[in-house]
Amino acid sequence: MDGFSSADDTWTVAGRTFRSRLIIGTGKYKDYAQNAAAAEAAGAEIVTVALRRVNLSDPSQPMLADYVKPERFTYLPNTAGCFTGEEAVRTLRLAREAGGWDLVKLEVLSDTKHLLPDMEETLRALKLLVADGFQVMVYCSDDPVYATKLEDAGAAAIMPAAAPIGSGRGIQNFLNLGLIIEQTKVPVLVDAGVGAASDAVLCMEMGCDAVLMNTAIAQARDPIRMARAMKHAVIAGREGYLAGRMPRKQYADPSSPTTGLI
Amino acid sequence: MTLTLNGETRTLSGVFDLAGLVESLGLDARKVAVERNLEIIPRSAYGRTPIAEGDRIEIVHFIGGG
Repeated sequence: MDGFSSADDTWTVAGRTFRSRLIIGTGKYKDYAQNAAAAEAAGAEIVTVALRRVNLSDPSQPMLADYVKPERFTYLPNTAGCFTGEEAVRTLRLAREAGGWDLVKLEVLSDTKHLLPDMEETLRALKLLVADGFQVMVYCSDDPVYATKLEDAGAAAIMPAAAPIGSGRGIQNFLNLGLIIEQTKVPVLVDAGVGAASDAVLCMEMGCDAVLMNTAIAQARDPIRMARAMKHAVIAGREGYLAGRMPRKQYADPSSPTTGLI
Repeated sequence: MTLTLNGETRTLSGVFDLAGLVESLGLDARKVAVERNLEIIPRSAYGRTPIAEGDRIEIVHFIGGG
């Protein structure tokens, strides 16, 4: 296994096909070198990136693109830190100019304490972006009703939070996440809230197309090792989902034959 | 000429267009995006986009994020 469950098990978002089902963020690492090593260890093909002002007082400071190279990883620009639709649209238009592509991650936040999405603003921003030609993967709450509205408005992927960004608490609402996975035709990714490798397994066992995480890897004691763990977790969960789990039973069922006993 | 560059007031001389501005700041034009007075300027147009007194310029790039 090289980070991919099998050669023909791919997923496609906005016409682009990927083999790795693990998208990783590029924030909170010790430095960009560690970040790049984690991306390699995770087997990631897509990384999220943020857009910020250039530090004009020190233009020689390290740049993300020199370590996590856009020729090797598909950059997924985000709108982290945006609290209105207009801020998000402005940010992604600049990102499109900086990167030259239209596949983006929309997140419109509501409150700095929990960083849960403002879904009304998110939906409004999505419509503006779709009208402007963007392919939008949308960070959203685990609300099946809003997920439908986002899909109807042209979202390229639905990305519910399992738990608040950076909280590492794992899936909080299995029922809602399951409903979203069942009803959605475009890819569904859990984005935010994964803490442990077991959380990633559960996401994939439920039938998510992929998982997006940042803090779970970047803030692990050994980020490179955790990146590797998450790679295997995503593969294990995906393979388990495809294999189909055994039925749950009320009583025991012996694994050894009950006949021929001495 | 005084302009607002990434939110800071700066006084510049000898710089007449965006291409010159980006170069004078020591930046690689291939790695940034530029907004002049809230309008995004395509990279190909830096050389023919003059800068003027009072302009508000934003120069951004990709950094790590989740």
